[in-house]
Amino acid sequence: MTNNGLLQIGLFLGGLLACAKPLGWYMARVYEGQTPRFAGWLTPVEKLLYRLCGVDSAQEMTWRQYSYGILCFSVVSFLAVYGIQRGQGLLPLNPQGLSAVSPDSSFNTAVSFVTNTNWQGYGGETTMSYLTQMVALTVQNFVSAAVGMAVLVVMIRGFTRANAGLIGNFWVDLVRGVVYILLPLSLALAVVLVSQGVVQTFGSYREVPLLELTVDASGQPVTTQKIAVGPAASQVAIKQLGTNGGGFFNVNSAHPLENPTPLSNWLELISILLIPVSLCFTFGEMVGDRRQGWAIMAAMGVIFVPLLLIVVVTEQQGLPGLSALHIDHVAGDRQSGGNMEGKETRFGIVNSAMWAVTTTAASNGSVNSMHDSFTPLGGLVPMWLMQLGEVVFGGVGSGLYGMLVFALVAVFIAGLMVGRTPEYLGKKIGAFEMKMAALAILLPCATVLVGTAVAVLTTAGRATIFNSGPHGFSEVLYAFSSAGNNNGSAFAGLGANNPFYNGMLGLAMLVGRFWVMLPVLAIAGSLAAKKKIPVGAGTLPTHTPLFVGLLVAVVIVVGALSFFPALALGPIVEHLQMTTN
Amino acid sequence: MTRITPQLFERRIFAEALRSSVLKLDPRVQLRNPVMFTVYVGSLLTTVLWAQAVLTSSDESSGFILAVSVWLWFTVLFANFAEAIAEGHGKAQAASLKKSRTSVIARKLVDAERQETVDVAAPDLKIGDLVIVKAGETIPTDGEVVEGVASVDESAITGESAPVVRESGGDRSSVTGGTRVISDWLIIQVKTLPGQSFLDRMIAMVEGAKRQKTPNEIALAILLAALTLTFLLVVATLLPYSIYSVFASGVGKPISLTVLVALFVCLAPTTIGALLSAIGIAGMNRLSQANVIAMSGRAVEAAGDVDVLMLDKTGTITLGNRQATRFIPASHIEEQELAEAAHLASMADETAEGRSIAVLAKKQFGLRGRDLASIKPHFVPFSARTRMSGITLDGHEIRKGAAEAVETHVRSLGGQMPEDVRSAVQSIAKSGGTPLVVCRDSQVLGVIELKDIVKGGIKERFAELRQMGIKTVMITGDNPLTAAAIAAEAGVDDFLAEATPEAKLSLIRDYQKGGRLVAMTGDGTNDAPALAQADVAVAMNSGTQAAKEAGNMVDLDSNPTKLIEIVNIGKQLLMTRGALTTFSIANDIAKYFAILPAAFASTYPSLRALDLMRLTSPSSAILSAVIFNALIIIALVPLALKGVAYRPVGAAQLLRNNMLVYGLGGLVVPFIGIKAIDLFLTVCHLV
Repeated sequence: MTNNGLLQIGLFLGGLLACAKPLGWYMARVYEGQTPRFAGWLTPVEKLLYRLCGVDSAQEMTWRQYSYGILCFSVVSFLAVYGIQRGQGLLPLNPQGLSAVSPDSSFNTAVSFVTNTNWQGYGGETTMSYLTQMVALTVQNFVSAAVGMAVLVVMIRGFTRANAGLIGNFWVDLVRGVVYILLPLSLALAVVLVSQGVVQTFGSYREVPLLELTVDASGQPVTTQKIAVGPAASQVAIKQLGTNGGGFFNVNSAHPLENPTPLSNWLELISILLIPVSLCFTFGEMVGDRRQGWAIMAAMGVIFVPLLLIVVVTEQQGLPGLSALHIDHVAGDRQSGGNMEGKETRFGIVNSAMWAVTTTAASNGSVNSMHDSFTPLGGLVPMWLMQLGEVVFGGVGSGLYGMLVFALVAVFIAGLMVGRTPEYLGKKIGAFEMKMAALAILLPCATVLVGTAVAVLTTAGRATIFNSGPHGFSEVLYAFSSAGNNNGSAFAGLGANNPFYNGMLGLAMLVGRFWVMLPVLAIAGSLAAKKKIPVGAGTLPTHTPLFVGLLVAVVIVVGALSFFPALALGPIVEHLQMTTN
Repeated sequence: MTRITPQLFERRIFAEALRSSVLKLDPRVQLRNPVMFTVYVGSLLTTVLWAQAVLTSSDESSGFILAVSVWLWFTVLFANFAEAIAEGHGKAQAASLKKSRTSVIARKLVDAERQETVDVAAPDLKIGDLVIVKAGETIPTDGEVVEGVASVDESAITGESAPVVRESGGDRSSVTGGTRVISDWLIIQVKTLPGQSFLDRMIAMVEGAKRQKTPNEIALAILLAALTLTFLLVVATLLPYSIYSVFASGVGKPISLTVLVALFVCLAPTTIGALLSAIGIAGMNRLSQANVIAMSGRAVEAAGDVDVLMLDKTGTITLGNRQATRFIPASHIEEQELAEAAHLASMADETAEGRSIAVLAKKQFGLRGRDLASIKPHFVPFSARTRMSGITLDGHEIRKGAAEAVETHVRSLGGQMPEDVRSAVQSIAKSGGTPLVVCRDSQVLGVIELKDIVKGGIKERFAELRQMGIKTVMITGDNPLTAAAIAAEAGVDDFLAEATPEAKLSLIRDYQKGGRLVAMTGDGTNDAPALAQADVAVAMNSGTQAAKEAGNMVDLDSNPTKLIEIVNIGKQLLMTRGALTTFSIANDIAKYFAILPAAFASTYPSLRALDLMRLTSPSSAILSAVIFNALIIIALVPLALKGVAYRPVGAAQLLRNNMLVYGLGGLVVPFIGIKAIDLFLTVCHLV
């Protein structure tokens, strides 16, 4: 690890922590219904939306009604995104005259954006019109993120409320999340990004003369290049803040018009983790014990930082094949060294590794380098971060509620070990909660394992695997890990825009989203109805390093036990083959 | 009943357990435990695979398949054995109880005058029937004494050989079926249906016949089922992955079914799955060894969670009676003179207080009982009218009694109460004691202080409870002043003075409203409402039928401090489950490192780098893991039966210790164990 690398990691983590605490406090106020005075100017927008939609903001819901609200909203969103893609040829704001997206790709993309996954089987600039990008995809970037946050807030209310049947109003939580949190943050970030050179226009693609002339495959000189443009900045801002990750352009954040400068890279990196980290503070604030929020954040950090360092170090270490040829590729101040394949020279190894780890920890599918070209271990880490269930920061809302489900399992085991029936934040954890927690953890995991199995067994699945041996297996495993845990990150090296993968991955995304969300809502409902137990000397404290350690152990052990065999046949054996040959 | 604290593997129980572990191979029995059922199916599957290998051909050698299959069957049998041996301990207790349930012929009273009787078999009695039981006869069923006083031998239930008195009315009116009347007679009204008497329920409980899974057990079972399902998926998808790996790399052969089953069984939480029901049964057994009968397993679990312990003062915190602790002489009177007079006045006083005065006098001044016959004393017993007792000796009237009574007495003789005595009386009353004033003729000699004596060691027990996070509340009929003084001395956290049944009930409700779990003990009928309200309610066996019905546990020794032990047993039960679950899961890491490199040796030889244990061969690696997995169950049976040791330290400390022992231990032990088995197999040329 170079000093420069350490400095960059330090700048990233420092900037992140500095912003997270105040934002966490602010979000707690927003979801508790107490708008801070400085955000008061947004209240008319909120009220107007309620009036337009006929929402009675004082009317709260049971967890079943809340779930029903989410499902209805998601179905409508899905149909809208699907419809716009299929009809984009007839709709305005289509300067390139792009035709309708294929049904299977439309299905996959609609599911992907509604579930906050942002898996992209398509290439943005060659597939989607400006209208589709803005009205279908960007809108979903906002609302799917707000839905995740709403579910988290409901789970927190499960802890804070006692003997209660009602857990809040879905429409209110949705609107407040968008209006008070996501919109202002995105607006601010988009403006800064435009200042760095991220493009924002309705104009058509530009044809520009090449600075360095070249020839095409048939030997004819090439003098011009078509540069894709569009309303990118407005989408890029929310794609990072809402842990969505769906790029405006095909190469996502490696594209110079999406992520042009080191500063834009730093800002985008911070915005990827900003809300997931802040929500830990929101959690502490709302349950009335900030230490609880710190503990959860610490648990996430304890997993995140070492994995980040592993990727940076393995990528900087370089490749045995190059060493055998006596090529000097030691990372230092004069050269990036290491494994630069698939990485932008603008970002180098450290920023590429930070991006890979950050986006896969948070369920943000954007990339600024090609993960397929990472060393086997460097590729293993992002894959495993997703397989952990997207709970190391994870998606906005969804990461923390996933982690809280793991916390329930951890207190269950810890409670037994101290001789008390388990309780967390004053709520007894019983059979129902365990059943739901088991579902929420088991189903995404099953989706990844079974999906991969089906893909590698069938001809259709095998047909588009571009690499042979264990690397090819990794490509499929990565795709299903990404879809089943609603990340959206792509390893690449797998042709996924075909009916087989569009369908399979679409289903995986649905399971990964709703089969976690619904059990979580059920847990919230059940917890809210329970009485609150005061803390005593016999209560296991859940804000101590000991508990943090236990929580980390549970997350890692579940992740390791479930995926060790699969990883052994993919990146692990690939690494061993690379180092022993 | 002789108390049975059987050796862990007593020969008779052992033999019976061996037999029943085979009988438990019935699939209907196996289906009750989902984790072990999957192992059962795995065993069947490998047996079929073995038969196939012998008859036709197979990708593994038939010897290897047989070895795996045999050890899988052992895994199932070991689990059965663990449960059977726990049940065996319960059955042994039940058997000795059953001896007292021989069929009894009851003499039912059939006329209003309670004269005529007909003989009826005990099972035919109905609720409300009146039966007469005379000396030497066995009480046919549970009931309430409506007439008569008799001494009853309850040793069948309590193991206590001294007979107890049972009489109509009051708190000693309940009798239990199976106990014997020793003297006199009783008319008893039948209170329970045949087959539902206390004795019946007790037998059912210790036999485990009516054992239902407790809420926590169910929650844990769900977690274990989820884990099992996860591993089933992991193993099931490994076959396609393996097929693809062979396809993609073009060498080796796919993983065999036998290895997949072996891997699955090793990963599934079989250790805790096999021992889970044994742990539950053993917990109940420990309770009955402590002479407590729980009416449900749920109550035992709740005991581990108790936050508030309500204890009666008398008999629990203090010794049953007040005792003399100090002589305070009036001015100009020597302390010894007072002591002598007090001693004399108490000579004929056979109450515990009276005797304690004699004991104190002897201890402080070496006074001994005198030969009373030679001095021809005249004893004056205590009377409600004078409220004094004493002795008239050599013409002197020596009296002791309450301050007001003695003052009236000396006034009538022309004397008066000295001021210093009066203030001594007041200060004793203030500090929670009872003052007794002694006078000789018209002269007041001084005051004897009687105090509640807090039981030795009880303060330490309460401190222990506080560390466990349990708050103690003393319940007493005393006035608040006295109660406060005793509470402070005993070190309880809180007290309820001048307690009425209503006050007790509302106190419990208040605590429960605050989300706390309350445990209490009680014996009287007026305790019944509070017992019914409490989460853990221990009724004294000496108590009334109503109290026993209201409680969810009965303490056969009628020892109110037993609650503390019950809490320990409850905690131990949960901790044992937690510890073994952690251990079971932690074990999996090592098993992966043993089996995975072996399973893919033909496709990816480089995976051998993961074989940290350097095992001899792929088949010895897999077999060693399977054997370790089976043997660890047997190795942990004693722990499951005895329970994890509980020490009253804070929750965090407890968690740290147990994580270290069972988490870290669970991680390390299989590495050593599997390697050792592998070495053994290699040295003996078994693989």
